[in-house]
Amino acid sequence: MREITYLEAIKEALDEEMKRDPGVFILGEDVGVYGGAFRVTEGFYEKYGEWRILDTPLSESGFTGAAIGAALVGMRPVVEMQFADFISCAFDQLVNVAAKNHYRWGAATPIVVRAPYGGNIHGGAFHSQCIEGFFFNVAGLKIVAPSTAYDAKGLLKAAIRDNDPVIYCEHKYLYRRIKDSIPEEDYVVPIGKAKIALEGKDVSIITYGAMVHTAFEAAQALKEKGISCEIIDLRTILPLDKKSIFTTVKKTNKVVVLHEQTKTGGVGAEVSSLITEYCFDYLDGPIIRIAAQDTPVPYSAQLEEAFIPQTKDVISAVEKLIRY
Amino acid sequence: MDVKREDLLQLYYYLKLTRRLEDRVTSLYHQGKILGGAWTSNGTEAVSVGYGYALERNDIAAPYFRDMGVFLIRGISAKRIMAQYFGKRTGVTGGKEGNVHIGDLNFGVIGFPSHLADNYPVGTGAALAFKIRGEKRIAVACTGDGGTSRGDFHEGMNFAAVRKLPMVFICNNNQYAYSTPLRLQMNIKDIAERALAYGMPSKIVDGNNVVEVYKAAKEAYEIARNGGGPTFIECKTMRMHGHSEHDSAKYVPRELLDEWKKKDPILNMEKYLLENNISQKAELESIDSRVKKEIEEAEAFAEQSPYPEPEDGLKGLYATPIAEE
Repeated sequence: MREITYLEAIKEALDEEMKRDPGVFILGEDVGVYGGAFRVTEGFYEKYGEWRILDTPLSESGFTGAAIGAALVGMRPVVEMQFADFISCAFDQLVNVAAKNHYRWGAATPIVVRAPYGGNIHGGAFHSQCIEGFFFNVAGLKIVAPSTAYDAKGLLKAAIRDNDPVIYCEHKYLYRRIKDSIPEEDYVVPIGKAKIALEGKDVSIITYGAMVHTAFEAAQALKEKGISCEIIDLRTILPLDKKSIFTTVKKTNKVVVLHEQTKTGGVGAEVSSLITEYCFDYLDGPIIRIAAQDTPVPYSAQLEEAFIPQTKDVISAVEKLIRY
Repeated sequence: MDVKREDLLQLYYYLKLTRRLEDRVTSLYHQGKILGGAWTSNGTEAVSVGYGYALERNDIAAPYFRDMGVFLIRGISAKRIMAQYFGKRTGVTGGKEGNVHIGDLNFGVIGFPSHLADNYPVGTGAALAFKIRGEKRIAVACTGDGGTSRGDFHEGMNFAAVRKLPMVFICNNNQYAYSTPLRLQMNIKDIAERALAYGMPSKIVDGNNVVEVYKAAKEAYEIARNGGGPTFIECKTMRMHGHSEHDSAKYVPRELLDEWKKKDPILNMEKYLLENNISQKAELESIDSRVKKEIEEAEAFAEQSPYPEPEDGLKGLYATPIAEE
């Protein structure tokens, strides 16, 4: 076991998978010679050469389409979006080609699209977005969003080995801020499985990504007030692990859904709908959604702080809910 | 380049098969037996037959929707194609998809997405895989004149050119993007000019001459196969039907159609075969009877095939389904 950061975990997963399988290659903007805008692929160019770590023209649709074509003939490409925000330029290839290939005509499309996403880095409207909501309504895609270094590595390996297109949401804010003890040996974290990040009995906080850490801060403060929170880290956004969601609801009977994505039509809306549809009789109070405000991500630190859910927002929601 | 007699006769056979299959589809559509829509390549068949026939067994085609010849030449049977039109379980996609949305990697055919030119980057990706693995295979992608204005056309062409990939791009320039004529699509005389911007060689061919299309494609494939990078081939032709069979295409001037009717690709080929003593009328007639029989059998097969069950529509979303505990 050794401690590595979230970013190093991503890097290790890529490196080990490239070593294991010659079909794995990376393409994207500035990933090769420069080593990627966030230095995730630093040293790969020297190690793997220009045909396994490809600097591409600035054309997200073009290189995502190319990844799809390569995948159709047996490769396992990993696409890096320099910032998740630019994935919108590849929307058509992901939604109409990658997501539908297997259903429409039976062809597996094993691509991974790495999407460095999320705010709190003062990046403004085009370098801070949560993009999972754009794709959440698209049948045929898989979306994962690790919150720890351990899961970052294990989920990326699982995504690369998976035969479907996977959007891998890696939170930029977590890159160098969190560490984990990682086993030396190979492991994967299965796609489609949430985990209980913290066991508790009074209220369930269902969340993912960087917000898992916000939930932990809130749970810590609430514990001092005698309230026990259970934190469910979804890990996979699409398809949702309904079983884990329903299990925690039946246990605590009170639910907060927390995410950094904007509120309207978001993942939280679906989670709370599922709960009311299938677990209504188990609920003691309303499901409370805590999410980013319905605006583009603002730049100013003061505005961005107001935009992104904060620990205090979670605490007050739980305190409100606990009165039921 | 000399083309062997047997290849010329095969080209003729596939032209006929494509025309007769799509003509039959058109009738069945008007009879209400084929639902949705029917898009044909009528008048432009020499394009798909020419570039499809020039491929080697292990190559990959990423066609578009006026490429029936490619599907047939790659080995996807008329039976499975007809069943596809009928939405039957025995169709190429088992009823999940309709009409020309055909793909089958067992025959090296990448499925066609309706978003035109999407297959330019996708085909390019197959070529990239061949280059990475050092295989002597090539990929070819096709789109119409309309698709050449989309970003994916340019992004695919650019990427293939920058990386000198074993790729060939075909354009079926049939003069109209649905109802919009070329003059409202682009401010250039030849679509091939677009290749210049990517440092890519291009060629303009008579898209109604199957032998010319075949030769140009073959030549471009060999360049690509031997590390010479991509070529763009503009096939100038004319769509003789509407955008799809519901469309009477009144917006196309009558004189233009009359002019192109004389240049019909099948009549062209017949003339070529007969005038050069490559074949005789009797032989061509026997090819045509074989084609007719094949289409009749395909239709009967499609008619008799079962429809999918409603629950089949829930199957096959993922290649790796989520494991249940």
